[in-house]
Amino acid sequence: MNTVFQRTSVLKNCSTHYCPGCGHGIAHRLLAEVVDELNIQDRTIGIAPVGCAVLAYNYLDVDMIEVAHGRAPAVATGMKRTNPDKIIFSYQGDGDLAAIGTAEIIHAAHRAERITVIFINNAVFGMTGGQMAPTTMLGQITATTQQGRNPSNGQGYPLQVSEILALLPGTVYVERCALSGVPGIKRTKAAMKHAFGLQMDDAPGLSLVEILSPCPTYWRMSPAKAMKWIEEEMCKAFPIARLKG
Amino acid sequence: MSERILMCGNEALAEAAIVAGCDAYFGYPITPQNEITAYMSERMPQEGRVFVQSESELAAINMVFGAAATGKRAMTSSSSPGISLMQEGISYLAGAELPAVVVNVMRGGPGLGNIAPSQGDYFQATRGGGHGDYCTIVLGPASVQELADCMPLAFDLADQYRMTVMVLADGILGQMMEPVTLDPKPRRELPPKPWALTGMKDRKQNIVRSLYLADGALEELNNRFMAKYRQIQDNEVLCEQYRIEDAEIIIVAYGIVARIARAAVDQAREEGIRAGMIRPITLWPFPSEQIGSAADTFRMFLAVEMSCGQMVEDVRLAVAGKCPVLLHGRPGGGVPTAEEVLEKIRQLTIPAGAA
Repeated sequence: MNTVFQRTSVLKNCSTHYCPGCGHGIAHRLLAEVVDELNIQDRTIGIAPVGCAVLAYNYLDVDMIEVAHGRAPAVATGMKRTNPDKIIFSYQGDGDLAAIGTAEIIHAAHRAERITVIFINNAVFGMTGGQMAPTTMLGQITATTQQGRNPSNGQGYPLQVSEILALLPGTVYVERCALSGVPGIKRTKAAMKHAFGLQMDDAPGLSLVEILSPCPTYWRMSPAKAMKWIEEEMCKAFPIARLKG
Repeated sequence: MSERILMCGNEALAEAAIVAGCDAYFGYPITPQNEITAYMSERMPQEGRVFVQSESELAAINMVFGAAATGKRAMTSSSSPGISLMQEGISYLAGAELPAVVVNVMRGGPGLGNIAPSQGDYFQATRGGGHGDYCTIVLGPASVQELADCMPLAFDLADQYRMTVMVLADGILGQMMEPVTLDPKPRRELPPKPWALTGMKDRKQNIVRSLYLADGALEELNNRFMAKYRQIQDNEVLCEQYRIEDAEIIIVAYGIVARIARAAVDQAREEGIRAGMIRPITLWPFPSEQIGSAADTFRMFLAVEMSCGQMVEDVRLAVAGKCPVLLHGRPGGGVPTAEEVLEKIRQLTIPAGAA
């Protein structure tokens, strides 16, 4: 009998703490498959963010570190510069990367650090209870924008970090994907694989994959509706695109 | 390098760190320690090691965090305002039990303060500094030679105890030039680093973290830290005792202030005043036992510091009410002179009218 599917060994055989319909589970699985298929488990070091994915090391079976909120690209810099033979990735949410860690991601990219960043954009702070993120959509109701995000109220606009990073000469690859549906999931995996591949080839800069990911709990929707919302709403502010490389 | 050379404190500590096997330096410019960053930018690449000028002190300490987690010897340096920014990372280093060396060439504060020498960061350095229950080992050198000698000791202590060691200097020590000899000989047997993140080749996953959510887990971790800290207090105290055998007044001073106080002690002795000095070299752990046992015999303690009264609190705790403890403090970049310390000694020891 042919084996047509098996669990990747890089993903631990345990249940996660994520909410039903959360995108982190899919993203973890894709990441684990990529590390497995590229055969880099024994030289990969991952960086978990502060946010819902802080416990990513409980699910991903690679050496991992948990760092202060937003500082992952600086930690990755310290690791990669002293260990150029290792594959270093950070896994960061939109609060982590696009709010508190803006300086760190911009400057890691600006220095052309040879690291890979997996950027989960779910348009909301998840772990702290669904507050506005820089990536929250206009009109989106969150715990801190209860009338819907409104720039006239000083709440700003959705921040397109990937577009900013793609402008910098220090990035070698920036792509935005979405977990809404099988084609998007396949594209996300291919993008991750490409990003890691670039680092394995010692490409001279930072590779980043932004992933539009559902948060049904704080979007106050069913998981199925959340997937639709990514395609119908999020993609307007965050178009799916290979932005660089 | 074993010849005697003339160097400023900042460059001497930088070269001493290289001799001590520092694999990586991460830093952000701030006065009065800019010579360290400039020196490292040139010398570290020459040695095939890592230098990164970070975008902030926040980033610098987190780069140290990353390099240290892979088992490398990593350091950063800054001055007071920059060290405040690093406190987040120093707390995480403590929680994650990572070795790191941080040099603080103190300047006047609070706020942007000034760029004159100060000891105003004593509380911040010796009380942990960031959030949570933790300590860092703090070394307070008093000469360029001792500053250089602190570096291998700092790396060794950091590796042995898996914690941050802070070298607490000041603007004078960083800037002034003195002859120095750099000693490359290994000093301690150090434990291996099986916890380091190196990729899980031939072993199970390593995780470096400071989050402990399970009921009681964090309390257990903190209790283990406290046991480690007690061990350090028992074994790693360094201090110098100077002319204290028969002293009626004992100055307690550290760092550059101890150099000034020493001159005042010698002058007082020439005037027939029985003065002495205890100079803490480790500020945490503080030489409480040495000061406490001196207080069993002697009459008076005078803490002299370039701050409004920070170290004096540790002296009072050590003396525990057995003798009076007084303070001569100069904050905000003020540097006490030997003459003013001597005058204070005279006031305290010569009975009214006798002079």
